Amino acid sequence: MSETTLPDLAHALESEISIHGHADTNTGATNAKLGMWVFLSSECLFFGGFIAAYLLYKGRIVSGPTPHDVYNIPFTSVTSFILLMSSLTMVLALASIQRGDHRRFRIWLFATALFGTVFIGGQIYEFTEFYREGLSLSENVFGSSFFVLTGLHGAHVTAGIIWLLTLWGMSMQNKLHVQNSERVEIAGLYWHFVDVVWIVIFTVVYLIPK
Amino acid sequence: MTTTIEKVIVAPEEPRQSVLRRPKETTGVWSWFTTVDHKKIAILYGATALIFFVIAGIEALLIRLQLAGPNGSVLTASQYNTLFTMHGTTMVFLVGMPLAVAFGNYLIPLQIGARDVAFPRLNMFGFWVFLFGGLFLYSGFFLGGAPNGGWFGYTPLTSAPMDAGFLPGRGPDFWTIGLIMLGVGSVTSGLNFVITIINMRAPGMTLMRMPVFVWMMLVVAFLTVFAIPCVTAALIMVFFDRNFSTNFFVAAQGGDPLLYQHLFWLFGHPEVYILILPGMGIVSEILPVFARKPLFGYSVIVFSGIAIGFLGWGVWAHHMFATGLGPVAVSAFSLATLLIAIPTGVKIFNWLGTVWGGSVRLKTPMLFALGFIAMFTLGGLSGVTHAIVPADTQQTDTYYVVAHFHYVLFGGLVFAIFGGFAYWWPKVFGKMLNEKMGKITFWFMLIGFNMTFFPMHFLGLQGQPRRTYTYASNMGWDKLNLLVTVGGFIIALSVAVFLVNVIVTTVKGEVAPEDPWDARTLEWSIPSPVPEYNFAKVPQVKARDDFWHRKYTEDDQGRLVLRPSDSADYKGAVEERVDGHDIHLPSPSYYPLVVTLGMPVLAYAAVFKEPLLVIPGVLLLLFGIYAWAIEPGTEEH
Ligand SMILES: [Cu+2]
Repeated sequence: MSETTLPDLAHALESEISIHGHADTNTGATNAKLGMWVFLSSECLFFGGFIAAYLLYKGRIVSGPTPHDVYNIPFTSVTSFILLMSSLTMVLALASIQRGDHRRFRIWLFATALFGTVFIGGQIYEFTEFYREGLSLSENVFGSSFFVLTGLHGAHVTAGIIWLLTLWGMSMQNKLHVQNSERVEIAGLYWHFVDVVWIVIFTVVYLIPK
Repeated sequence: MTTTIEKVIVAPEEPRQSVLRRPKETTGVWSWFTTVDHKKIAILYGATALIFFVIAGIEALLIRLQLAGPNGSVLTASQYNTLFTMHGTTMVFLVGMPLAVAFGNYLIPLQIGARDVAFPRLNMFGFWVFLFGGLFLYSGFFLGGAPNGGWFGYTPLTSAPMDAGFLPGRGPDFWTIGLIMLGVGSVTSGLNFVITIINMRAPGMTLMRMPVFVWMMLVVAFLTVFAIPCVTAALIMVFFDRNFSTNFFVAAQGGDPLLYQHLFWLFGHPEVYILILPGMGIVSEILPVFARKPLFGYSVIVFSGIAIGFLGWGVWAHHMFATGLGPVAVSAFSLATLLIAIPTGVKIFNWLGTVWGGSVRLKTPMLFALGFIAMFTLGGLSGVTHAIVPADTQQTDTYYVVAHFHYVLFGGLVFAIFGGFAYWWPKVFGKMLNEKMGKITFWFMLIGFNMTFFPMHFLGLQGQPRRTYTYASNMGWDKLNLLVTVGGFIIALSVAVFLVNVIVTTVKGEVAPEDPWDARTLEWSIPSPVPEYNFAKVPQVKARDDFWHRKYTEDDQGRLVLRPSDSADYKGAVEERVDGHDIHLPSPSYYPLVVTLGMPVLAYAAVFKEPLLVIPGVLLLLFGIYAWAIEPGTEEH
């Protein structure tokens, strides 16, 4: 149990988004960062519900296309790899801003957002292909559980892209300083989480045969 | 150490760029719209929840009028469906949870020695979402159907498309979207409490020195954060099935309506603890003060609370014994349910041990706390009978179940809440509640409650089904039902006495001292009502029940003696009110309200499938979020 003192609680309050650098808290971690961890753990159960539904309905397709009919594993592997790489560029972006290297930070951050966008583009392409092959939300339990699960994940990635581009825009206007690097770190936590969720979805939904 | 020391003379500041002028008012009507003060937000939560409590009570009385005699004709069947759905939904989401958040909001920072919660603006956001979510649910009455599929909203009843005719009207749409929205608010307040408790304790306030109420709220906050997303996922599936023809719960397509029940009760059982643990916390604060003894077995109470928090995740299917889960699952969940009774029973003995041999003062808070123990024990015992599967199969969907959970939630939570009102009212409002009226409230409530809910055990065992709007006269249920209805009105009377008490004492009540009950925890060491800055000096905590130890010591024979008021320890036991204008506090903000305003717009867009509403909704949301992110938590001065 931490005995860390709080020399000034009022100061700790300012760390809602830590504007004045580090704040003294009982755990040593800032409120904002811990808050993001708690939020993400909540999100785990949210996705867990939809993944459970998908797995439950896997062998219960009454009519219409099955996963085997529509999946294009090589294509999805490529877009998954791109999303995975975006986590690497995110790490590089954070490291750059923590060093104060704003030029590289902007490049890596933009690359992260770009990779994310490519992934979303791939998902849109995949959805339209599946739809052409007769799989829709209402076609069967596979369509329902697949589209809702991956669609919600795509919405999370999209929100992440907007977040990253916002940070990138702030940096371009020189409004993001080394002291604010925690803002980037928190966005990074979210981004890595969305990535990890995709790795789970890709493994469980696409790769494991029934 | 005491305040942030700022240079007073600074160059005239350039006004910070912001779309809306930063609100500065901390008093007056408008300040209640922009406040980020945890105490004001707590009062907002409490007052709003009390209004919903009265509404839910009126709904219950209408239900009881309909059932007072056989072949009742006060309500139609569909009105009855709407009323029991809204009574349950309101009591759980708009009364029970928000009242717990009200107490948590007010007390957590005070009991751990902090000046506010971790995220003050997110706190206000949570309140607005609660208010607008509640109004949205109730707007269904005027906009094509209030929710009518039960507070549990079982599929496929709720998930069949509107034109299938299962549930006419838009009731299930208002219900699913409204609950998703309320869930967002609950998760934010849970998250806020978690971070506040683990990160913002005063120096010396170690985890094992925290008041039990704070401990219970920590468990509750974790449960909220993890339980709400389960039901959110289920609700999204229901909404998609109903509006976008997905097949999640369509059996003909291979969908499984029971998946909904699993997800719902995976939320629903932890939800029971979300509702009852705050009550356990409140009672654990009241008992030691009015028995003038430290809490018996503090660490046992804390750890059994944590144990309940974990075990609560492994018992959800006891709500589904009648659905045919198979013998293995049924046995496992039956066993787990029996197991979870152990930490609960341990707590009851701890509370009894606290009162045992104490010099008991039977003031109103203590009466409610003792009432809580007795009523909650009865509810726990009938709960254990549900763990016995053959008995449960007999009891399922009868009034026995209604009796059980009202003993737990009304006999438990509501009694604790009214005890909490009586106990902390002087601290929050600076006025003592009238003791005589408080006792009348208690006795009316105790008698009315038992008249209402005890006979329901018998009615249930005699086979009266719940959620059924009428019954024939030859069933032998007539007299007990009349008794139940009379009991319901006695409860209403007790609440009325409480409200009169509030009004009368607000107008001309006795002014409350800092420490009217000779209490033990930090909130009593500061003025009543609590100043905006809470603590003029951040407290240095040296012991559990720190404030008590500042006031009392032992003589050489181990007897309790009051410290002389000029001793070094006693000095500063009770803080003076200071002019706290130089204490740095988070600044008020418009943006929690702005962000929240976008949510009902999007909710109506979803219910009415009106894409035109999406645009203003998203714009409000985005504008609010960006402006919020740019705005600093605390304005420099
Ligand atoms: Cu349960």
